[in-house]
Amino acid sequence: MPTTDKTKRIVIEPVTRVEGHGKVTILLDEKSKVKQARLHIVEFRGFERFIQGRPFWEIPVMVQRLCGICPVSHHLAAAKAMDRIVGGENLTPTAEKMRLLMHHGQFLQSHALHFFHLCSPDLLFGFDADVAIRNVIGVAAKYPELAVQGVMMRKYGQEVIKVTAGKKIHGTGAIPGGINKNLSIAERDELLRDIDQMIEWGKSAVKIAKDYTVENLEKLAPFGSFDSNHLSIIRSDGAYDIYDGGLRAIDFEGNKIFDHVDNQVYNDYIAEEVRPWSYMKFPFIKSIGPENGWYRVGPLARVNNADYFDSPLAEAERKEFMAVTNDKPNNITMAYHWARMIEMMHSIEKIKELLNDTDLQGTDLVVKGDRREETVGIIEAPRGTLFHHYKVDKNDQITMGNLIVSTTSNNEPMNRAVQKVAEDHLSGVEITEGLLNHVEVAIRAYDPCLSCATHAMGQMPLVVELFDCEGNLLDKKQK
Amino acid sequence: MSDKITFMIDGVEVQAQPGQTIMVAADAAGIYIPRLCAHKDLAPFGSCRVCTVLVNGRPQSACTQPAAEGIMVENNTKKMTKMRANLIEMLLVEGNHYCPYCEKSGNCELQALAYRFGVMVPKYPFMFPNRDVDASHPDILIDRNRCVLCARCVRASRDLDGKNVFQFVGRGPEKRVEVNANARLADTNADVTDKAVDICPVGALLRKRVGFEVPIGKRLYDSKPIGSDIEAQKGA
Ligand code: SF4
Ligand code: FES
Repeated sequence: MPTTDKTKRIVIEPVTRVEGHGKVTILLDEKSKVKQARLHIVEFRGFERFIQGRPFWEIPVMVQRLCGICPVSHHLAAAKAMDRIVGGENLTPTAEKMRLLMHHGQFLQSHALHFFHLCSPDLLFGFDADVAIRNVIGVAAKYPELAVQGVMMRKYGQEVIKVTAGKKIHGTGAIPGGINKNLSIAERDELLRDIDQMIEWGKSAVKIAKDYTVENLEKLAPFGSFDSNHLSIIRSDGAYDIYDGGLRAIDFEGNKIFDHVDNQVYNDYIAEEVRPWSYMKFPFIKSIGPENGWYRVGPLARVNNADYFDSPLAEAERKEFMAVTNDKPNNITMAYHWARMIEMMHSIEKIKELLNDTDLQGTDLVVKGDRREETVGIIEAPRGTLFHHYKVDKNDQITMGNLIVSTTSNNEPMNRAVQKVAEDHLSGVEITEGLLNHVEVAIRAYDPCLSCATHAMGQMPLVVELFDCEGNLLDKKQK
Repeated sequence: MSDKITFMIDGVEVQAQPGQTIMVAADAAGIYIPRLCAHKDLAPFGSCRVCTVLVNGRPQSACTQPAAEGIMVENNTKKMTKMRANLIEMLLVEGNHYCPYCEKSGNCELQALAYRFGVMVPKYPFMFPNRDVDASHPDILIDRNRCVLCARCVRASRDLDGKNVFQFVGRGPEKRVEVNANARLADTNADVTDKAVDICPVGALLRKRVGFEVPIGKRLYDSKPIGSDIEAQKGA
């Protein structure tokens, strides 16, 4: 590598095993110390333009196309918003429970995919293990049972989506004011057949994540970690909820910043900052300001925020999780995985509870009431809080759309994690593939859905380029 | 001697009444000839050419061509299937047909034809025309992005509803379905009970706020391909 006394720039692009496209740039100073590390995400904002003029009832189906991994979250957030347009936000029990079932199916399939396919290689083999085995194929070879469980749990989640939305991906189930189908007895029985197996596998998945975290706590606690605020929706009684509830934000010690905030006025509490170097905005809590008002969303924030889980297995796991940090919020980046598996456990328990609920065979599917022209739908997507905000004119056409996706909320936290890992692990040493993977491990903990596109997992090449500050290519590594 | 006409479609003997079109006679015999602009309640129009068959070797539109004694009609042959697939592809690239979020999906005749004739990804370049939406009417929506200019709405409004709400204006690529008013559909006497409202083969003319009410699996073409109803007549 040619020597230079100027600042060097390392570019990691695209980030492998993160859905979509991202780019990490690391600036080294003349002593090869990390000067600055940033995660750049190309966010697809064109969508908000694209929907203008479209009829409102089309939106819940159309917005799913934003994402190949968690389309149901967009589908339901938009449907919740459109419920209010038709004055049908007080859903019938059948409609609400069908949507809940769909959403828990989504959590199951998304969390299983993320944990087993994308993250388990790092956890099972080590962050800097040989790339040739540090992938899902390597997991399948060494831990075949685990790989099969991952695939089967994901498949089960997709089947739940299919019977509620009509298709495993990009279905149509939720419509303004309700749902377009109920659950037939045959569909129910088909799912009930394997539910107890899912519960068992769910338990063992939490155990893997828990044991791994507890055993490696010393190493993991500082890894890409930092104190932060945490934001999620919460049920009115403080229970964990992914479908509906007011907004709750706490600081790194657990003090409430706001609680049970009506979704319709979210923008009195949250604002978005634009920074010149990134296409993606940086949301923050208004009362604290952009400097310190950023927050984490997703599994870690949700488990930290919840007073309790209303399902026994997940609640027992939550208690163990919170005990590690003496019932204070957990601010460890790598604890996302454990929190995610507790959530998956909860979703499996809720699926079972819902399948045994006869309301799902009800026939009262849609309600409508007084029309509104502005609406907000907020939901917890697997990756974190998802905001959909629309205005609809009297001709039924969309005139304004604003979306804050979970990856946008986690923009600052992910950048902090990248910066921390780069400083701790990459400074003043020769950069190897294994070390660069550390950066990705931190990003993957957040499970970002970068440009919300589906790619073949683990197929994307990793390109590392070193530039000097004038943009001359100094070196290039390719995985 | 009977006044029936006898002719052949793909080697099968078919009977027709004098004056009947090839399509009507084929329908009665349980032979499906694909179509888009033709509709059982409307007079034939002959604009889409999806129903093209070879009559004694010459291309004719089956929806307008009268059956004649002894003619030989080629319908379901490799050559005709390929030609129809091409026509369907051209119709698809000419408009903005985004099936993934179109509420007509599963009930759309153009989409169903594409499935039946194996059109998946068109080989022709998409034209991405700039077309507009008229949502002014309280109960009816026109999305010109999806219009295939079949004139079913024009004919239905005129011949079934006695109204003349719709008309074509412009020529060639500029041709579009317009309303008989200064500006918008809301200014016409169109009503949601009009026969014209439900006659569009695609998602261009819609009842508002119906959207995705019919779940996947229960839509018209979810379980059986387009034309199955006609083929079910065979031997009946
Ligand atoms: S609006 Fe529909 S029925 Fe009318 S011409 Fe266009 S495609 Fe045909
Ligand atoms: S159906 Fe015959 S030309 Fe359209």
